[in-house]
Amino acid sequence: MKLLWLQSGGCGGCSMSLLCSGAQDVLGLLASAGIELAWHPSLSEASGDEVRAILADFESGRTPLDLLCVEGSLLTGPNGSGRFHMLGGTGRPMIDWVRSLAARARYTLGVGTCATYGGVTAGGINPAGAIGLQYDGNQRGGLLGPDYRSAAGLPVINIAGCPTHPDWVTDTLLALALGQFGEADMDALGRPRFYADQLVHHGCTRNEFYEFKASAEKPGDLGCMMEHMGCVGTQAHADCNIRPWNGAGSCTNGGYPCISCTEPGFESPGHAFGRTPKVAGIPIGLPSDMPKAWFVALAALSKSATPARVRQNAVAEMPVVAPAIRKTGLK
Amino acid sequence: MSRITVGPFNRVEGDLEISLEMENGRVAAAYVNSPLFRGFEQILVGREAMDALVIVPRICGICSVSQSAAAAAALADLAGVRPTPNGQRVSNLILAAENLADHFTHFYLFFMPDFAREAYRARPWFAAAEARFKAVSGSAAGDALPARAAFMQIMGLLAGKWPHTLTLQPGGVARAPQAAERLRVFAALREFRGWLEKRLFGDRLENITALESIAALRRWMDGRSATSSDFRLFLEIADDLQLARYGRATDRFLSHGAYPREGGWLLPRGVLDLPAGSLQPFLPADVLEDVSHAWLEDDQPRHPSEGDTRPVEEKAGAYTWCKAPRWQEQVVECGALARQAVAGHPLIRALVVEAGGNVASRVIARLLELALVVPAMESWLRDLDDGPFCAQTEIPADGRGCGLIEAARGGLGHWLTVRGGHIVRYQIIAPTTWNFSPRDAAGTPGALEQALVGLPEAEPLLVQHVVRSFDPCMVCTVH
Repeated sequence: MKLLWLQSGGCGGCSMSLLCSGAQDVLGLLASAGIELAWHPSLSEASGDEVRAILADFESGRTPLDLLCVEGSLLTGPNGSGRFHMLGGTGRPMIDWVRSLAARARYTLGVGTCATYGGVTAGGINPAGAIGLQYDGNQRGGLLGPDYRSAAGLPVINIAGCPTHPDWVTDTLLALALGQFGEADMDALGRPRFYADQLVHHGCTRNEFYEFKASAEKPGDLGCMMEHMGCVGTQAHADCNIRPWNGAGSCTNGGYPCISCTEPGFESPGHAFGRTPKVAGIPIGLPSDMPKAWFVALAALSKSATPARVRQNAVAEMPVVAPAIRKTGLK
Repeated sequence: MSRITVGPFNRVEGDLEISLEMENGRVAAAYVNSPLFRGFEQILVGREAMDALVIVPRICGICSVSQSAAAAAALADLAGVRPTPNGQRVSNLILAAENLADHFTHFYLFFMPDFAREAYRARPWFAAAEARFKAVSGSAAGDALPARAAFMQIMGLLAGKWPHTLTLQPGGVARAPQAAERLRVFAALREFRGWLEKRLFGDRLENITALESIAALRRWMDGRSATSSDFRLFLEIADDLQLARYGRATDRFLSHGAYPREGGWLLPRGVLDLPAGSLQPFLPADVLEDVSHAWLEDDQPRHPSEGDTRPVEEKAGAYTWCKAPRWQEQVVECGALARQAVAGHPLIRALVVEAGGNVASRVIARLLELALVVPAMESWLRDLDDGPFCAQTEIPADGRGCGLIEAARGGLGHWLTVRGGHIVRYQIIAPTTWNFSPRDAAGTPGALEQALVGLPEAEPLLVQHVVRSFDPCMVCTVH
């Protein structure tokens, strides 16, 4: 399968993240599944007129385009012209190229929250008119329209994340190459369910603090970041704490809140990222699927039951109390 | 006179287009176009000040930590706090991990694959270059990428993830590495050192940084076969193609100062102005940004603390979204070469005195920095003590801040103004804004535009080498 990767109005971070893959040889892994990298802006030899020839062959259909990966938001401004991003050397706006190539592609993939939903580039006054391939925030539509289907009959596959985890990209590509990916494998927002059916909360190393509502109060504290620090890991769809980043990391493990970067509109939460909005002292955003009354009741109970160790460690940079050693052995 | 357009220009970060005017078989004038505008300086306006730490890393996926570090420094300046010593050490480790990974990525993935092109098949070193550096299929893609990914586990341990961490704070870092993690960072550093010493240099890092003259570098070369290491092979190619003769800009070198430590920096701040023959202090007040050739509303040159970014659809004489920053009205160059030249590494000083900034000296300085900074990282890690990692910070509702750091590609500056707790102005000058700036109001071309002039039309690959020798980051350039 021939893969073409285009970088539109984004930061290139999803490509950089891909290069952090834990696979011994990520390019070899894709090649072994029959995926040929026809062109990638950071990796391929071809430049200038050589690239223009490759693009022309895909656009005309001379070369079949199996996998079109788009990274970065689609910039429609100014005034719908797309001139905020012209593909160098071609005199054409990137949105024009993407529309044209998506019409040929067997599968179209949005890599990262910019390409899927608009992302950070669509934040604030959205100066460049940034949208996603098939979404504008959480509204279906985007550049290609709500009814777009690639040649294989699928809507855009939204590998959302800012950035994407390298495995989310490689595993989606592998599943496609192996014929093991269909519409039933996508969630309601077009994301691959193999990672989007999890919550960031699953496997969070701060879970004991969460259980007792022993909360961090400032950057550096070890406690749960839901109550004060803006963490929405109990609602955000991704497997970040099950599938570690860069070997052993995750946002919550790195000392900072989950900001739900796999969700449409994460760039404009309506409050400061690092502060939890509350009503009457209770966070507005409760854990997914949890009735509010139960949450309030359980939180009050668990707070009153918090062990001293957990309470003290929650507001410290380094654990100050180690777990007790049971003399009678574990039962 | 004929005009040719080169683009899309790949194996640089982001999108780039270059127009060349040819006369008598040589480049007579060059125009550098950064064809992507996203408007981050406007996206930031209206946010609470600390939100900058979420937004700015997403300017760039390859300089993500650098953007965070500059924002954290600007917020620290606004709040009047300093990172704790431990916080500074871990910040330095995180920033150095990104900077070194970028140098490494540039050499193996962006720069060297051009020497494996068919056009060089007749050269004596071609077979070795093709086997090692051919894009995607060369052996370097197979063993340098895993080495890089293993090194970047330092980010998982210290910063949660890369790119786009939120660990860096005005007062230090939000994650104090515990004993087990420090050992694993140590192990990752040893592994990376081992890889560099075996593959890149074929020698101990300390022996590379001890090459203190051009004669010493020659002796080192002469003592080894051309294929004994990747650095040695590059030197062979650079000699054969005379890469030191190409890509000279203004030979004014700017450094904001890299890796703060007690009483200064590991690599100090300054401007080495070779035409003036002097090393001068760098004062942020000496910087102005000119918008005369950018698709931005016309305005007089302004200091970034007073600057604005207002795109316009059409403008006579404009050919890029990039502003033109100038230091004392001069065009300067930044990057690893500038950092080492300002810091006074004897080999780098000798190289720039002999032939200025050029394709060869820029690459040598980048690789030298890998050899210099890994031992510094080892020492920062060793020096971690029981003190705090994050000084608590109260961000004032009103005020200004300026953060100046060194990213892999050179000086990065953030200037912000807050009122009522919200950002009302945010201006950024990125390294490639300096290096790939367009002409200013006086018509003086930017550094790359000058470096391309004179290249022979018959050897189009030289354009590729010169452009990539700056290791441009186009997404940062306009932001």
